[in-house]
Amino acid sequence: MKNNVILFSLLCLVLFSCIKKDDPIDAGLSSNAKVTFSNFVGNQPLVLQSNWYLNANGDSFKVNVYKYYITNVKLTKSDASVYTEKDSYHLINEADASSQSFVMADVPEGTYTSISFLIGVDSARNTSGAQTGALDPINGMFWTWNSGYIMAKFEGVSPQSTSTDKTVVYHLGGFSGATSVLRSVTLSFPTSLNIKKGTTPNIHIDGDVAEWFSFPNVIDFAQKPLLMTPGKDLVNIADNYQDMFKVNHID
Amino acid sequence: MKNRIFLVVFSLVLVCNLWSCHTDPLLQPVPKNTDISFVQPANWPTPNYNFQNNTLTSDGFALGRRLFYDTRLSIDNTISCASCHEQTTAFAQIDHPTSHGVRNQLGNRNSPALFNLAWHTSFFWDGGVNHIENQPIAPIMNPVEMDETLPNVIAKLNADPTYRQQFKNAFGTEEINTQRLQKAIVQFMGAIVSNQSKYDQVKNGKASFTADEQAGYVLFQQKCNTCHAEPLFTDFSFRNNGMLITLDSGRAHITGLASDRFKFKVPSLRNLNFTKPYMHNGSIASIGAVLDHYTSGIVQSPTLDPSLQNQITLSATDKSKLIAFLNTLNDYEFVKDVRFKQP
Ligand code: HEC
Ligand code: HEC
Repeated sequence: MKNNVILFSLLCLVLFSCIKKDDPIDAGLSSNAKVTFSNFVGNQPLVLQSNWYLNANGDSFKVNVYKYYITNVKLTKSDASVYTEKDSYHLINEADASSQSFVMADVPEGTYTSISFLIGVDSARNTSGAQTGALDPINGMFWTWNSGYIMAKFEGVSPQSTSTDKTVVYHLGGFSGATSVLRSVTLSFPTSLNIKKGTTPNIHIDGDVAEWFSFPNVIDFAQKPLLMTPGKDLVNIADNYQDMFKVNHID
Repeated sequence: MKNRIFLVVFSLVLVCNLWSCHTDPLLQPVPKNTDISFVQPANWPTPNYNFQNNTLTSDGFALGRRLFYDTRLSIDNTISCASCHEQTTAFAQIDHPTSHGVRNQLGNRNSPALFNLAWHTSFFWDGGVNHIENQPIAPIMNPVEMDETLPNVIAKLNADPTYRQQFKNAFGTEEINTQRLQKAIVQFMGAIVSNQSKYDQVKNGKASFTADEQAGYVLFQQKCNTCHAEPLFTDFSFRNNGMLITLDSGRAHITGLASDRFKFKVPSLRNLNFTKPYMHNGSIASIGAVLDHYTSGIVQSPTLDPSLQNQITLSATDKSKLIAFLNTLNDYEFVKDVRFKQP
């Protein structure tokens, strides 16, 4: 019995000392970078469930649900060396302000010139079984009948929609081959990002919902109000929205 | 390798600890219904899933089994996984050609038998689920099966302190989340191996076929083995075996390819005695009728498997010999194995 107690305490000691070491919020010493996403439609801020907007086809619409995955985030230095965030999976949900920014810990000090990431969840995590955190299927971003993540989700209403209830629903999924909607994005910084110990600069990225529907493929809500299976139509939207982000400023 | 050594050391430590608490060190351990291990049977291929990131333990297995038999996984607490997958029928559902879910709803496909799942490369008749760990959440959220939400399931399980304790035993803390739910259910269903049929005994040199069974085996190897490949009796490919065309496009539902229309995952031929009716839509009621399908019922269509273009030729005596062989594939042990029973 005594042995057990000693063993257990030892185990606790080992465990706790590990946790301490990995703790990212090690005040003052670690060098971090924060990323904040703000969503717009054109130049108007996106406001869910109230404001009306126009798409490139001239259809008016309101947005009820707007979510997307930002994953595999990297920062590149002026000397081309790259910082890669560990376990880099973030679900940006317009309905949840706290989801719209995240802090990347232990970024090596230096001057960085660009950020890159994937819109969507890489194919490896689509095929390796049960996931947790941002990738937990409880977030409503996973197709159970055709395994794989919904990389981005737009749900709204439009008087031009031909669906019952006038809904417009686009669930972008598909991670392999010609039906892949995964898109990688690289954005140069307008001013360089200086990472120093004890500070957490904030990279402000703006996203434009209108880009989903405009270029190169104009989306007509009357023709395609509901898209929820991998295929060409979703690939068209992904080709549109791959240009939707820009870095507004760093502070 | 490292993991294995760690496990061995860990188990030794555990065993020693248990002993030190026992009053009588000579007490024989009673075999428990949670004595579980996963062993690759001799001469079988390497399993597709080997519990590498989901170490199989008695606690994990017992938790998965409890979940599998728990109706709280459904919206109105009436349907468990076992409602559609009963042990006595090799974990298939036999009283309905297609599945029977909450509020008496019928699905459009036959509940398949569940065994040797660790060898499957995909799940469902159309292979829509790409990983065994992603399978359990599909019936939970399917409106015509359990129609429940994940937050609800997790809340119901959290409300039960005995579940919190079991999750702690299995995963180290009381936290109940989707990933742990998925992994626990897989510890149960993934560990169900059916390899104790007469066929297996013959292969292991512990029994021999009768003359009819042997003749049937030869016919099987000539006519069926290309798709229903030994020793699992499926190659897990998707084929059109000439069933009547219906609205269910099968594999094409997943891939969107015209060339995959009406193809379904080749099912295993083990345990047929327990799993009728047959086929993805439960449309064939007996093995005799299945053989009649292959000899005279094949429906032509552009995606029909080339090997079935001219039907399969079998005489009446061939058929009875083939049936004698198929009967050697029934495993009467695993359908009554206490470890797989409702706890
Ligand atoms: C309402 C009946 C029903 C319930 C409840 C149900 N299943 Fe199923 N199960 C089915 C049907 C029908 C299929 C085939 C579905 C298809 O192919 O589209 C299936 C397929 C499966 C498969 C795939 C087998 C294969 O060969 O591909 C597994 C594994 C499985 N179910 C496990 C479970 C688990 C675990 C649960 C509980 C969480 C469960 N089922 C609950 C009816 C049910
Ligand atoms: C070209 C590949 C192919 C060949 C050859 C073939 N089968 Fe099949 N078999 C299938 C497919 C695919 C299914 C499932 C079809 C469906 O569900 O619609 C199936 C289903 C079955 C089933 C139903 C099993 C169940 O659990 O529902 C039985 C029994 C069967 N086959 C026996 C045989 C026998 C016996 C032979 C040889 C005489 C044979 N098959 C030859 C592909 C084949």
